[in-house]
Amino acid sequence: MYVAVKGGERAILNSHKLVAEERRGDPALAELDVRQIVEQFRLAVDRVMTEGSVYDPELAALALKQAQGDAVEAIFLLRAYRTTLPRFAVSRPIETRRMAVRRRVSAAYKDVPGGQVLGPTYDYTHRLLDFALAAEGGVGAPEADLAEETLPDAMPPVLDILDGENLIEREFADREGESVFDLTRESLSFPAGRDQRLQNLARGDEGFVLGLAYSTTRGYGGSHPFVGEVRLGETAVEITPEELGFSIEIGDITVTECQMINQFKGTAEKPAQFTRGYGLSFGHGERKAMSMALVDRAMRCRELGEDALYPAQDEEFVLSHSDNIEAVGFVTHFKLPHYVDFQAELELVRRLRAEHATRVGRDGELREAAE
Amino acid sequence: MSGARESGYNFAYLDEQTKRMIRRTLLKALAAPGYQAPFGGREMPLAYGWGTGGIQVTASVIGPEDVLKVIDQGADDTTNAVSIRRFFQLVADVETTEATEKATVIQTRHRIPEAPLEEGQIIVYQVPQPEPLRHLEPREVETRKMHAYAEYGLMQVRLYEDIARYGHIATTYDYPVMVNGRYLMAPSPIPKFDNPKMQDNPAIQLFGAGREKRIYAIPPYTSVRSLDFEDHPFRTQSWDQRCALCDADDSYLDEVITDDRGGRMFVCSDTDYCARRRANGHVGAQGAIDPVGEKTDALSGDAQ
Repeated sequence: MYVAVKGGERAILNSHKLVAEERRGDPALAELDVRQIVEQFRLAVDRVMTEGSVYDPELAALALKQAQGDAVEAIFLLRAYRTTLPRFAVSRPIETRRMAVRRRVSAAYKDVPGGQVLGPTYDYTHRLLDFALAAEGGVGAPEADLAEETLPDAMPPVLDILDGENLIEREFADREGESVFDLTRESLSFPAGRDQRLQNLARGDEGFVLGLAYSTTRGYGGSHPFVGEVRLGETAVEITPEELGFSIEIGDITVTECQMINQFKGTAEKPAQFTRGYGLSFGHGERKAMSMALVDRAMRCRELGEDALYPAQDEEFVLSHSDNIEAVGFVTHFKLPHYVDFQAELELVRRLRAEHATRVGRDGELREAAE
Repeated sequence: MSGARESGYNFAYLDEQTKRMIRRTLLKALAAPGYQAPFGGREMPLAYGWGTGGIQVTASVIGPEDVLKVIDQGADDTTNAVSIRRFFQLVADVETTEATEKATVIQTRHRIPEAPLEEGQIIVYQVPQPEPLRHLEPREVETRKMHAYAEYGLMQVRLYEDIARYGHIATTYDYPVMVNGRYLMAPSPIPKFDNPKMQDNPAIQLFGAGREKRIYAIPPYTSVRSLDFEDHPFRTQSWDQRCALCDADDSYLDEVITDDRGGRMFVCSDTDYCARRRANGHVGAQGAIDPVGEKTDALSGDAQ
């Protein structure tokens, strides 16, 4: 009889055991090694690091293993772990112009100083299932050819070319020294500065940001973008310990950066000029970086004197709903018992229906009497 | 040897700096009763919407000497209450209880216990949506202004529209209250049945909204008035039935479906209150023998 909600503790423990069993799958097959996930599921690892806000491929791979490959669940694990980490320094801004580039393309110019570098991309693969990958024995150790000459050490950003002509807005002056908003330590506040917006987008759900970016190009935002540049590669992270007084490198991270060029027709005060949208993700995440750059630009409407008419331009709408850990938590919390509130609603609906029935009955009698 | 150290985390999970930040916010919230104070909410190992705000508040006020009670829907043994209690047993190793009067800290979702709270107790509410005006005005920029100017006409209009349309105020839970005559506050989704308990309560009432990163509070003995109209005074829910287990006629009842032919029974949502009454000899219509005929006490589920 009345036992439906009882035994919660045992049910929870048993549920954990079931998850562990299902996670392992068929024990006759070899168990996945975290290193294998780092090496062979790298793009999944990159997404988990980006939205989990922790650059650590092994931890991200562990999270993916623990979450049975569910990216959002893995991001949740990494975020919760992140909360417990001490922060001993704030890095200097990374210098992507000094990046060891592996891929770099511009859609704005046919050729650019430093050249177009296709690098590793699925862009021109035909999406045909490759059954060789499923064959026993695998694919061995494929090796790409080496280029005849090495890439230059530093590749100037493509947007510098426009910058020299004043055709594009100046990049913000380096605000090093000023404190940057930290979304993971303070609550969002509106109107949000660009630091808040970019942090939010960087951590935001890839699908959500992609959908918003798409909407800006389909009439819900009037965006006419050109990819000034997408670049992928390794870049050094530097900190300046107070005791030292100068910067030291603490390691390299892989990042994908997108500089998006957008039209701006100008206002009475400002002549027409191209404007920027910026996107950055950990690892190889072009879809995310490009989407981020488009939505970043859309949300700059206020500062550029454009009317905010569409969802992607509405910073409260975008920033409040982009975080998948917040969204998932709230949407799934409706699974939790709500029977106290439901009971309250039941009581109300029953009362309203009873009153309605009485009213209809009374009206009927009145009508009969009138006839 | 504490469970916290065994688990490898700081006492009550959060680091001391974070707890300090939250305590500062709590003090601010207590100083301005009903005001939603923003705080740097952390990402917890439990899901947003599942009590992360309450957990952070509890973690910041709890000490090794405290006795913790966790309820969800009034019950100590609902899965999420069990899960949160387990979390604190793991990371804080505090004594837990189901007895309302033994607890020094009570974390709750959707109910206030039936037994009156006392001075020295803290009740921590889990809050999904701290902004009472959110469904009327989705923009934070606007709602903050409305609070600043105490511009609450919109809410009165909404309640009036209910009366015009249905003859009643059709809000049954999360029923808006005015705190200390100044701030409009969401009491969290407790049934309006519980609203009067907030008024002049001797306990400290703390509210944590993790996802929305807001904390608010009601100090002891503070005025908490449910909005209403002179000709439509505030009313709480009432039942024709009594609790089928303990015969209480003064508690909030859950409706339990017992078969697929419309059979149902009503039982106290506050399991501690119900169990205590039965221990004191109160027996409801189905309190001793269940309908299946087995000689079991319906509420003696093992919650620990």
